[in-house]
Amino acid sequence: MPRGEFFGLLGPNGAGKSTTIGMLTTTVVPTGGRALIAGMDVRSRSAAVKRRIGVVSQSNTLDRSLTVWENLYYHGRFFGVSRDRSRRRADELLEQFALSERRDAMVYHLSGGLAQRLMIARALVHEPEVLFLDEPTSGIDPQTRINLWRILTDLHRAGQTTLLTTHYMEEADVLCQRIAILDHGKMLALGSPAELKQTLGADTVIAVTIEGDPAALAERAAALPGVRTVEREEQVVRVFATQAEGVLAKLVQTATELGVLVRDASSQPPSLETVFLTLTGREYRE
Amino acid sequence: MSAQATTFLALLARDLRVLRRQFGQFIVRTIMQPLLFVFVFAYVFPKIGQGFRGGPSGTSFTTVLVPGLIAVAINFQGIQAVALPLVQEFSFSKEIEDRVLSPVPVWVVGLEKIAAGALQSLIAAGVVFPIVYLVHAHGAAPSVHVHDIPVFVVALLFACFLAAAMGLFIGTVIDPRKITLLFAVVVIPLTFLGCVYYPWATLSPVLWLKILVLLNPLVYMTEGLRTSLTPALPHMPIWAFMLALVGGSLALGFVSLRTFTRRVVT
Repeated sequence: MPRGEFFGLLGPNGAGKSTTIGMLTTTVVPTGGRALIAGMDVRSRSAAVKRRIGVVSQSNTLDRSLTVWENLYYHGRFFGVSRDRSRRRADELLEQFALSERRDAMVYHLSGGLAQRLMIARALVHEPEVLFLDEPTSGIDPQTRINLWRILTDLHRAGQTTLLTTHYMEEADVLCQRIAILDHGKMLALGSPAELKQTLGADTVIAVTIEGDPAALAERAAALPGVRTVEREEQVVRVFATQAEGVLAKLVQTATELGVLVRDASSQPPSLETVFLTLTGREYRE
Repeated sequence: MSAQATTFLALLARDLRVLRRQFGQFIVRTIMQPLLFVFVFAYVFPKIGQGFRGGPSGTSFTTVLVPGLIAVAINFQGIQAVALPLVQEFSFSKEIEDRVLSPVPVWVVGLEKIAAGALQSLIAAGVVFPIVYLVHAHGAAPSVHVHDIPVFVVALLFACFLAAAMGLFIGTVIDPRKITLLFAVVVIPLTFLGCVYYPWATLSPVLWLKILVLLNPLVYMTEGLRTSLTPALPHMPIWAFMLALVGGSLALGFVSLRTFTRRVVT
């Protein structure tokens, strides 16, 4: 990752995202290979690496015995930030993350969204070179999520190097410059959101939901001009086409000819989600 | 000051902040047991004529109790102050995940936990001493005098360190779901078989017990304090408890830092 990049790691549960973050943040020992942060090996120079990273983990790891402000202040002190500077950073970050009102509240009483904001603020007290965010927006309300996106975008503009894992494709699309899709510990794809969408080789994805068996329609669809690939699943025929115009109408027409009842038909540009599901499959995980 | 020392002191400052905030709780859990103990056995018993024989040469039972109850306070606080929060941090609070990201090798985080626990043990000893020294019936005063200050200081400090290292060890190896067994399986047997209520030397009539209790770290804490606080009573040779306290602290300190590191780095 070059300095200043906002990088996303996507993958189903068990794909290896958290293990990757664990290795990069020194809490999981790699069984092989080498990982460098700011040019330093995560195994042999773990303390130096830890000094340069800020980590927001999946679970709430705030210090429940301290207040909101103290969480920031002591974090700074752990990282060798002077008393004065640590106090100032704590005040600044409370302001920036709209937490000033809760300054003296015990962390124990914070709601999920506030706790998440405080976790991110805490990871920034010592001004880390690389910020790690492991599913920072899971389980929080849409308002909080949108606000966090704004904060993260601002940080990125200010030059913050960030590595994010998420299950929300939209989030990755909005925030990340480059994305890697992982599954079973292997990298399946790497590129900008636009590049990844292009890998489907289609400009549009048409989904037709029908009554009954989709086999016959899928077969006929594959022969239509402009169609690259066809997937079917229960009562849905999904067509990846290089052109939007005409294909949808032809599909519906073909269905009618086959005597198949069409319940729904839609056409959309390819999304990251389509790329993700194409690469990692549609079966349940865990 | 080195970066590591700065982080170590900051971690300690955090623990002291929390201790200040919860000092009332700390005092209650520290003094309740020894206070009731001396009240019943050093005040009520002599009053109602139901008594324990003290040591030889006419010393009272309270003389036996003073070093014993101080050692129990050290042992109990050391284990509790380190093991209980750690078990919480490993199970539901996950705070440990953040603490080990402090910019020091992981063992330094463990060592700080031992230091903070030892400090609480030391404070507990200071709080309990006046209680066990002063609460007694008329004529049942303990005879206490420190005749060898260096032995006293070394025994006291290493007793605190050893108790906290036990806390770190227990906290890292115990299954959080079984933490409620800590008192039944560890603290209570150690206390009753820790030569708290009887000097080790007087156990000769029950020789097997005299040998068996040598496995109990609390025995050396008690005997160390007994030797330095109440030398009139029979006690273990100085070299024996010194070896156990210093050697045990170093060995258990080393082992517990390893179990701690293994637990947090996978």
